[in-house]
Amino acid sequence: MLSQRWPRFFLGPLLVLLLAGVVPAGAVDFTTLRAQMVEEIVATVRLTQHELGKPALDARVLQALSTVPRHEFVPDSERPHAYDDRPLPIGAGQTISQPYIVAIMTDLLDLKPDQVVFELGTGSGYQAAILAGLVKQVYTMEIIPTLGDRARQTLQRLGYHNVSVRVGDGYYGWEEHAPFDAILVTAATDHLPPPLIRQLKPGGRMILPVGSSFLTQQLLLVTKADDGALRTRTILPVRFVPLTGGR
Amino acid sequence: MNLPATGTPPLRAIALLSATALAYEVLLTRLFAIIQWHHFASMIISLALLGYGASGSLLTRLGTVMRRRFADCFVGSIFLFTLSALTAFLLAQRVPFNALEIGWDLRQLGALLLLYLLLAVPFFWVASALGLTYLHYGAQIHRLYAFDLVGAGAGALGVILLLYVVPPVAALLTLYALGLVAAGVALLETRGPWWGWLVGLGLVVLGFSLPAPWTALQMSAYKGLSQSLQVVGAQPVAERSSPLGLLSVVRNAAVPFRYAPGLSLTAGTLPPPQLGLFSDGEELGAITPFTGRLDELTYLDNLTSALPYHLSPQPHVLVLGAGGGADVLQALYHRARRVEAVELNPQVVELVRDDFGAFTGGLYDRADVRVHIAEARGFVAGHRQSYDLIQMTLLDTFNTTAAGLHALNTSALYTVEAFQHYLQHLNPGGLLAITSWLRQPPRDSLKLFATAVVALERLGVPDPGAQLVLIQGWKTTTLVVKNGAFSPEDKATIRQFCQRRAFDPAWYAGMQADEANHFNQLEPPDLYTSAITLLGPEREAFLERYPFNLRPATDDRPYFFHFFKWRELPALWAKRTHGGLGQLEWGYLVLIATLAQALLASVVLILLPLWLGRRSGRVPAHGPRGRVLVYFTAIGLGFLFLEIAFIQQCMVFLSHPLYAVAVGLCTFLVGAGLGSAVSRRFADPRRAVRWAVAGITGWALVSLLALPAFFQWALPWPEPSKWLCAIGSIIPLAFGMGMPFPLGLSLLARTAPGLVPWAWAINGCASVVSAVLATVLAMQIGFSGVVLAAVMLYLAAAAVTPPLRIGGVTVGGPSGSLQPPKAADSSLPAKAQKSWQYVALGVSPGSAPVGGRPVGRTGWSSPYPPDQGPLRAAIPDLRQRDHAGSPRLREPVRIPSQRRSVISNSSRSV
Repeated sequence: MLSQRWPRFFLGPLLVLLLAGVVPAGAVDFTTLRAQMVEEIVATVRLTQHELGKPALDARVLQALSTVPRHEFVPDSERPHAYDDRPLPIGAGQTISQPYIVAIMTDLLDLKPDQVVFELGTGSGYQAAILAGLVKQVYTMEIIPTLGDRARQTLQRLGYHNVSVRVGDGYYGWEEHAPFDAILVTAATDHLPPPLIRQLKPGGRMILPVGSSFLTQQLLLVTKADDGALRTRTILPVRFVPLTGGR
Repeated sequence: MNLPATGTPPLRAIALLSATALAYEVLLTRLFAIIQWHHFASMIISLALLGYGASGSLLTRLGTVMRRRFADCFVGSIFLFTLSALTAFLLAQRVPFNALEIGWDLRQLGALLLLYLLLAVPFFWVASALGLTYLHYGAQIHRLYAFDLVGAGAGALGVILLLYVVPPVAALLTLYALGLVAAGVALLETRGPWWGWLVGLGLVVLGFSLPAPWTALQMSAYKGLSQSLQVVGAQPVAERSSPLGLLSVVRNAAVPFRYAPGLSLTAGTLPPPQLGLFSDGEELGAITPFTGRLDELTYLDNLTSALPYHLSPQPHVLVLGAGGGADVLQALYHRARRVEAVELNPQVVELVRDDFGAFTGGLYDRADVRVHIAEARGFVAGHRQSYDLIQMTLLDTFNTTAAGLHALNTSALYTVEAFQHYLQHLNPGGLLAITSWLRQPPRDSLKLFATAVVALERLGVPDPGAQLVLIQGWKTTTLVVKNGAFSPEDKATIRQFCQRRAFDPAWYAGMQADEANHFNQLEPPDLYTSAITLLGPEREAFLERYPFNLRPATDDRPYFFHFFKWRELPALWAKRTHGGLGQLEWGYLVLIATLAQALLASVVLILLPLWLGRRSGRVPAHGPRGRVLVYFTAIGLGFLFLEIAFIQQCMVFLSHPLYAVAVGLCTFLVGAGLGSAVSRRFADPRRAVRWAVAGITGWALVSLLALPAFFQWALPWPEPSKWLCAIGSIIPLAFGMGMPFPLGLSLLARTAPGLVPWAWAINGCASVVSAVLATVLAMQIGFSGVVLAAVMLYLAAAAVTPPLRIGGVTVGGPSGSLQPPKAADSSLPAKAQKSWQYVALGVSPGSAPVGGRPVGRTGWSSPYPPDQGPLRAAIPDLRQRDHAGSPRLREPVRIPSQRRSVISNSSRSV
């Protein structure tokens, strides 16, 4: 009954998922798995180059993805799946984003080594660790104490010394370190906090995912021009054909 | 032959049990909507209801044994139902099922299966108790079915009332108690076993000794309420429960709620610290503080929904969906002359008015604000009042909209007919404004636009485009429809409004292409080009081509949120790891998955009893199995098709989902109960079925033609007369629909009793499939199509009504008694004649007397009391059957095989 529940074309992928799910945790070499995950992301980006507007991600972003140990950021029960290209639960009703989404979000920020970044919603701390390898300093805030404390410990233990974690209301940004070259909002939100927009440098970029837990639908990129003018662009990872008449 | 029990069946216990079971089913839906999501709730419960079908297997296999100890088994089943009703839910709460992860993780399917199996247990036992009684009191099926249905009707009504009085978990414990009462009544009525009282006492003690943490609701960690309670400083401050939903208010002093959906990026001011308002754990919005100072509410002018206030100075506003008060405040901020606000859920109003009256500055008690408790569409249509502005904003939470989870919800608010109502209630120059979430590719925004275009066309507006404006922010869009054309000044205001707030116009007549997508760029298809196309001659081709279903919803197909197109599924699934999963319309997929699973499980559950029965020789190798299958499938499907379609009609007419369900369900069940009770008066059951089907067909077709117009006309009538109309439109139909099931079952009980449990299984499965299938069909062909389908099913049932003969035996005679073959029938071998005696008596030569009493000497007379004489039909026609080649009459040892299950009556039955 279980296997008949979905139309036929669901079956193949589901079986693959099943097989991936039964690999025993002990027998896994995380370095190899991480390399495979990055390869998978590179391949997916190549597939979706039309949608993303570029054939490949920044080499530095890929470098960061292939060094940050994602398995350190997920609960023990999820470790065997740490390098699957999928979001995973991290407790408290929160998730660690899908690596592919982390990759393109980071890439869209177009980061430089001397920049300072603010992240709203630390979660597991994985995204902050990725950023840490790309910029000078990362400030990140988390509103759920258990998550924030755990992320802080993980980041310290792994030696990410250029990440500052604070537990509290990120709505007002982090005034003493503002303005920021880039801002990431990892939590779904119904509006962008005006203080946060103010703390974005002219010429800066802000990015946020739109969708619900486990189901990211699109990314919203907010740019602040040098004159302070704000514009948004929606990046849809999936291309729909055919398009409307006019185009 | 069948020797059904002759005593009085435990009618009161049946009614109570049936009431408890139906109430439990409704309550489970409520409970799962709270801890999970509504659409998964219906899937889990639909599948669990197949426990009804599964009981057929039990009865086939063990029916004989169980009948021998009827009282023990009946009472035992009720106890098992009661116990499992409570424990199955408490255990199901502990199953780590996360619906959101289904696309990523196959392990979730295992958890889902576990949920089905757990929750099927109580339905299995209640169905076994009911089915066993039908089997045991074969002659009194009409009475039983009547009590069963009337009980269910009372249960449907009762649970809604109960949910007004107590919170859902307390309701669960109440039903547990009711189950025990049913068991007690059963013990009295069947003079049941002494141990029953002990077990009952034990279960009462158990009920009182449950530790509170066990019975607390375990809400999914991914629901908005759970998430917000994890945040530092969060404090639940109020809770209300009703059948309309579980409302929760959360205060957070450390990280205040700030709800300003789609706030302009240029907004300088922040929303004030609000209270979070949740319904069934999903964010419903916020309760906004009001100190009387309007300048603290500037943020409300920085939403796309503020546009109409710039086009209509100091309007008389009707806010549809008052909620936590933000829309009312927005109207006040813009100096509305008078605000009327409609809210469906009285408890929302209670919270804002009473619990947080000071916090909201007495918002709902102001002289210039009037709040009405009503369903929005019905309120507009039922009153003569017209307005300068009808405002509807984001009535659906973002998360559920984003995942396409509303797909199965019928919504009378967003149909073409509803739009016509709104437009007809606008003053000259008045505005209808609807704000929705902007999804990518656009769905809701464009379907609203398309709906408005069609509504304007139907109202005879020559140039709909001139009366429409659509603007977009980065997260929301607002559609404005004017009663009249927008003026050049209006258009200048719109441009200015958007420019200042970094919003973009997406449509107004005469708009230039370069004005669109200036601040907010969507990937194609964008709103502007789509809007132009929807207004032009290529609309049809565009609707066809668009990756989502944008065809406007109508009252016949009121599924506004049904955006799914099969065509896109393979591509989206192929791209599931890079954004495809997020674009799937999950609500529809879950529905289809439910249907597929229900069909599959039904095939198993229908074949299983046959196989079991054949192996043990209880189900005859020959006999009207094909007819029985078609008959009980057709009436099982048809009943719920009609019930669902008529209740849907009532939803618009009675303007309240709960009234419609309560009045509709109750009328259907009680009406059918009456029909069942009356049906036994017919001398010829087959003819009775035909009459019933003729009545159903006639009434359904007349209703199809006349009812919508009548309901439309009667919409402004006062509530009680509308209720009477609704009841009056259903009763005759329900009366007819109550007949075919007991007629078919009693025919079967007399001619092929071995098939009774099988028919019971078929009916159980068909009912489950039917409820899901009705929704799938309504989405495709509309509710009128569903009614037509039901009519055809009933006609099919009439055509295949199980015959009066089986296995060479025709039952009944003019005298109401079984008759031996005529003496003159010499072609019949003596052996067969003897066997006929056995058959008629329900004794097989090999069978032992039951209950220590010989059963063979009850003579030729029917076991039924004369006044109930259901065996008045035909005359035995053994010869014909014999010619038909049935070898069984010649081999008495084999004939009675099917009877063994039947003759082993409990001692009380003979």
